[in-house]
Amino acid sequence: MDFRLTKEQQMLRQMFREFAQNEIKPLAAEVDEEERFPWETVKKLGELGMLGAYFPKEYGGGGADVIAYAMLVEEIGKVCGTTSIIVSSHTSLCCAPIYEFGTEEQRRRYLPDLLTGRRVGAFGLTEPSAGTDASSLETAAVLDGDHYILNGSKIFITNGGAASTYVIFAMTDKSRGHRGISAFIVERDFPGFSIGREEKKMGIRGSSTAELVMTDCIVPKENLLGREGQGFKIALHTLDGGRIGVASQALGLGEGAIDEAIAYTKERVQFGKRISQFQWTQFQLADMATKMQAAQYLVYAAADAKQNGLDYSLQAAMAKLFASEAASDVTRRCVQLFGGYGFTREYPVERMMRDAKITEIYEGTSEAQRMVIAKYLGVN
Amino acid sequence: MKIIVCIKQVPDTSGKVAVNEDGTLNRASMPVITNHDDKSAVEAGLRLKDKYGCRVVVVTMGPAAAESMLRDMLAMGADEAYLISDRAFGGSDTFATSQIVAAGVSRIGVDPDDIILCGRQAIDGDTAQVGPQIAEKLDLPQITYAGDIAVEDGVVTVRRMLEDGYMTVKAHTPCLITCIKELNPPRYASIAGIMECYSKPVTVLTYEDLKDEPLIEPDTIGLKGSPTNIAKSFTPPLKGEGVMLEGADKNTVADLVARLGAKHIL
Repeated sequence: MDFRLTKEQQMLRQMFREFAQNEIKPLAAEVDEEERFPWETVKKLGELGMLGAYFPKEYGGGGADVIAYAMLVEEIGKVCGTTSIIVSSHTSLCCAPIYEFGTEEQRRRYLPDLLTGRRVGAFGLTEPSAGTDASSLETAAVLDGDHYILNGSKIFITNGGAASTYVIFAMTDKSRGHRGISAFIVERDFPGFSIGREEKKMGIRGSSTAELVMTDCIVPKENLLGREGQGFKIALHTLDGGRIGVASQALGLGEGAIDEAIAYTKERVQFGKRISQFQWTQFQLADMATKMQAAQYLVYAAADAKQNGLDYSLQAAMAKLFASEAASDVTRRCVQLFGGYGFTREYPVERMMRDAKITEIYEGTSEAQRMVIAKYLGVN
Repeated sequence: MKIIVCIKQVPDTSGKVAVNEDGTLNRASMPVITNHDDKSAVEAGLRLKDKYGCRVVVVTMGPAAAESMLRDMLAMGADEAYLISDRAFGGSDTFATSQIVAAGVSRIGVDPDDIILCGRQAIDGDTAQVGPQIAEKLDLPQITYAGDIAVEDGVVTVRRMLEDGYMTVKAHTPCLITCIKELNPPRYASIAGIMECYSKPVTVLTYEDLKDEPLIEPDTIGLKGSPTNIAKSFTPPLKGEGVMLEGADKNTVADLVARLGAKHIL
């Protein structure tokens, strides 16, 4: 077992950190306050290969590995929850299924633009009646000659309003239950496709969370991703990868809040002492740092398993469960260390606390992760 | 055309500066960075590469650890790198350093359409002497303090940024240009660039490799060959905090006049 990063991974982490600190951190409060999608950052991320970090160069990817991708989302998450989920959703939920399940023609057609940020990607599974119970999809796809006709709507779609390429799940054979679900690559300008309501959210407010509406939406037959009926498998496999992204985001949020709290407690003076001199502060920060370090090991182990082609479903579920709950706990405790100032928007920790909550909910709630883990334990 | 960029790894003085008892910089205990002006010189080289497709070669003199800086530059897009490194070169002042680096550049080879770029000065010594001395030793025209560089048909046009204005100067290639950090914001290395940087060549040039170069004189390299003598090194006393007055109204001007009057400046 080797816990050391390669030379390239060390250089990548340094570059991600500098980019996040210099280019993303200065905008974080603004994109949250104004609920603004940070297009200017997305463009820069794309130019530097950060919207396709671990995909092969032949498709326009960065040619790095999944651990590097986890570090990327982590470093961005330290300064901006919004930007980290934009990268994670785009990469894990749209680029990954096209790369892993797409035909060579689909890869060549979609990946170069996605991996370089010329197009933003999104993933459409969730519906009003199909959340954790993803098999209850109502969106239907009917084959009609050389195209499918899709009808239905999707909700809570991360990057929904910003994307132009979507991986959409729909029932091609309702009688077969989840075995009747198929996946499609849908473009924003396909006839019958439209963006519905954008959600007003508690956290990750600069990211777009939108409804997708398909009304007799015409999708060419060649845009079927995988085979008919393979959609549920594609969705679950894709969400396993997505969990590494969200776990990395949560990891970054917790670590970023600790960074802010260390800096603040070393400056803030009460009772004639810097509050970092009080043992309660020291023990709090020591506990928080230990928790996030444990989360990092879980996240990197899941990323390493994915990189090496091993079954990483259990590890990804554990990483996401632990990192997201740790992030919520740590960001909340950091707000407490800041006292009244922590509750104001003058400091970033309240934003980090708001951003952390969603990591326990999206791409599989903490309860869904426990279901996955219990299944692996044989507890049923 | 190729661009040879001479760069230096320096202690990061933006953080805590560690000083030895004798007043010299404690380099070992400080993190190192690529000198800012030098990084802008690399970026200038890469922009010429973007435009003309030329090769960019980076050169440094330093310990073996300086290879990490060269890898950073290769990740940004430079094509190859040279590390001039030997105990015999240790302790060199600007006179000795420029002689050794000039010998290294000469070994790499300077063609008629080549350009050599250096940073204006390093943040550790702040002498701004090495670039100009390399030009003299290679008998090349030099243009210092470049804030803008254009190249056309073997002629470089440089806007020199001076304290009291600017000056536009032209020179034929080959020539040497020293760059200031205001010339450009250096690019980030891309993920692909970082993944490629360890497969690009880094050549180490030792004393053995360079000793037959006409520019190398055995008794004018290294510490013993350096004519510079440091009489005293000390940390200057901290200046008092500045005061910022804001507003373009009469009251602010009156306040400013009163403050300057109180200090007998007016």
